[in-house]
Amino acid sequence: MITAVELGLIYAIMALGVYLTFRILDFPDLTVDGSFTTGAAVAAVSIVNGVNPWLATLLAFLAGMAAGAITGLLHTKGKIDGLLAGILTMIALYSINLRIMGKANTPLLGEDTLISPMRNAGILGSWTSIGIFFLVSLVLVAAVVWFLHTEMGMAMRATGDNQEMIRSFGVSTDNQKILGLALSNGLVGVSGAVVAQYQGFADVGMGIGVILIGLASVIVGQAILTQRYIWLAALAVVIGAVLYRLVIQLALVAGLEVNDMKLISAVLVVVALLLPKWKGFQKIVKSFKRTPAPAAESKEEVRTNA
Amino acid sequence: MLEIKNLSRTFFPGTVNERKALRNINLTLGDGEFVTVIGSNGAGKSTVLNMVAGKLQPDVGSVTIAGKNVTKMADFRRAKYIGRVFQDPMAGTAPTMSIEENMALAYARGRFRGLGAGVGAKRRELFVEELKSLELGLENRLKTKVGLLSGGQRQALSLLMATFSEPKILLLDEHTAALDPQRAALVSRLTNQIVERHQLTTLMVTHNMEQALQLGTRLIMMHDGQIILDLDSEQKQQMTVKDLLGEFEKIKGAQLDDRTMLQ
Repeated sequence: MITAVELGLIYAIMALGVYLTFRILDFPDLTVDGSFTTGAAVAAVSIVNGVNPWLATLLAFLAGMAAGAITGLLHTKGKIDGLLAGILTMIALYSINLRIMGKANTPLLGEDTLISPMRNAGILGSWTSIGIFFLVSLVLVAAVVWFLHTEMGMAMRATGDNQEMIRSFGVSTDNQKILGLALSNGLVGVSGAVVAQYQGFADVGMGIGVILIGLASVIVGQAILTQRYIWLAALAVVIGAVLYRLVIQLALVAGLEVNDMKLISAVLVVVALLLPKWKGFQKIVKSFKRTPAPAAESKEEVRTNA
Repeated sequence: MLEIKNLSRTFFPGTVNERKALRNINLTLGDGEFVTVIGSNGAGKSTVLNMVAGKLQPDVGSVTIAGKNVTKMADFRRAKYIGRVFQDPMAGTAPTMSIEENMALAYARGRFRGLGAGVGAKRRELFVEELKSLELGLENRLKTKVGLLSGGQRQALSLLMATFSEPKILLLDEHTAALDPQRAALVSRLTNQIVERHQLTTLMVTHNMEQALQLGTRLIMMHDGQIILDLDSEQKQQMTVKDLLGEFEKIKGAQLDDRTMLQ
């Protein structure tokens, strides 16, 4: 169970990236499946070649950013549909990832990684390690929330909210999308790098279906916590990522196999998307949330006064 | 302040749908001039506005703002000179962001947006002062998401956002058309106040002839891609809605005559 929480907290970094594109920019970015592995591959190859693991993880961030920027350029300058642009980059990255590693799998056994000090100290898989991982994800949540309240970050939010309007205030929505995709995939790359160091290898197939995990985390998180404040929404993503892992863990305990995990992911996303639409569920949520009434009322007001 | 020269644009050239949206439009707005533009559907009013804003490119002609030729400039680049209010009350604001955040978005018009805080204490004071001028109590609801406001409130906020950073040109595209009469009157009144306060050079498109006569210092009537009537402040004051309708009738009559001739 503790391992599941640890993994959840590491994948939460990736989920924060997906939150940036999917929620903030309103852009369904499939680059993630490729850039996750790219981050892992860059970090693993760097570490094997004697690079400091912190620097290796930073390199993974930059590699992820580059991948995201390419999707952004294809979409904005090339006018390619967002979904297709992401798919194109993702597929191309598969070959690039193989080139980076030179083979399908790069083991990190016996190397100095970000995780190895924790493993050597024997705190991996304990509450201490969960505390450390949680702290790291909190720092990243704080960074994302801070950024989204800067002038630049607010222009990005407005780009996802109302493009026409923010262009009329002098913002290049193209640049905002490219920047957002780059930052998002940078985070995804870091997540891939940490996962590789955690599990002790980078594998060319490790990114497959990661976008689903990200979406599941974002959607499950938002089904649980209100989205009224950015910091709550970002925190909800982390909680969603951990919950996702726990659900997977439960499914495995219940007798499903590791090979069924992608199916479980997909079903979980579908459930998380459909459940909030079901009226019975809405009633249950209402009884949990303390002050849902004013929001609902004001929405009515919009309709009548418009 | 705004100079439009020989502006022409044909939509779908060389097809059966070919339509000359603008035919050689020339228009110069002096500093602080407030021009209202009326005309029937398809007269070219919105096309002119969109060309000034940079949303549409002319086939020939030029647009110059404050002595700078902006004809080839992308819309978001020339936005530093231009404040815009759209017809749709939902179009001018970011609904999931708060009132103060929307004000901050507008405050940074045309400047580089860096990593400084979007809404600081000092700016908030300024926003409160500006919001007070609307007299809608929005200054007490700084953290409210704009999506929760009514259409009239959102349009008033859009108007404030488009103007308080004092653009060179203010473009109003039928900005009261989607509101009920009471709220339209409110936004009309605010428009007058704000334009006067900041001495903004303004181009306002409207369908409402009464509003066109009430507001502004000059009135232009467009038809079929041309300016067919241009009234200065004095002439405008003597005009009534009936007179304007008369002008419209004249054009329609002329069209009928053309058709009769063809038969």
